[in-house]
Amino acid sequence: MTDVTQTLDASGLACPMPVVRTRQAIDQLEAGQVLEVISTDRGSLQDIPAWAASTGHRLVEHNDGGDRFTFLIEKA
Amino acid sequence: MVLEDDGVERMTIVCWSGELDKVWPQYILATTGAAYGMEVTMFCTFWGLFTLKRPEVKVTGDNWMTKMLGTVNNERLSHLNFGGAGPKMMRSIAKRHKVAPPDELIATARELGVKLAPCQMTMDLMGLKREDLIEGIEEPLGAAAAMSNMQRSKINLFI
Repeated sequence: MTDVTQTLDASGLACPMPVVRTRQAIDQLEAGQVLEVISTDRGSLQDIPAWAASTGHRLVEHNDGGDRFTFLIEKA
Repeated sequence: MVLEDDGVERMTIVCWSGELDKVWPQYILATTGAAYGMEVTMFCTFWGLFTLKRPEVKVTGDNWMTKMLGTVNNERLSHLNFGGAGPKMMRSIAKRHKVAPPDELIATARELGVKLAPCQMTMDLMGLKREDLIEGIEEPLGAAAAMSNMQRSKINLFI
């Protein structure tokens, strides 16, 4: 079980806000800390992993809950 | 003078349109670029300058042509106009799908440090002064300064 430092509830937000808010939230963390992101935007399934890969943060896991998606991102 | 590579990733968007259906992607991509850690500059020229104008400022111009620009509400210029219903319809559809309205995206872009640069030549054409534009934006610049930015940018878009 990964220790979550902070949770960002981006439910109800559409593109590009889940990624934008994720960036703002991760800026507040220290390296190694984990951000949990909750989104209801299906595009996030592609967007958040792509963003993490490009910015160097590690996507620890992601879950497709059908209409609710969760991501654990470890800050680089 | 050759600018040295400073390791900063840049993105430049030439914001030419002031139509709602283009202002949206301008700011969606700008905020996303900023979320990627890029230094984003929006070079706001022609109709794209309208997003930087204080809402209460009217475009006056100094001759009949530039005066006419002031009568044009650029959101109404959209190809999806349908007699003014287009932008309204789009706003309502966007609201239903919880897409952030342009003003919220513009505020977010500024929060993220996106640089908003007004085009001096457009300001002259429209009779706009620095104080007619919103605060906290870059100094007005021309095509060459915009070009220098584009030369150093990984991603360049014209919207």
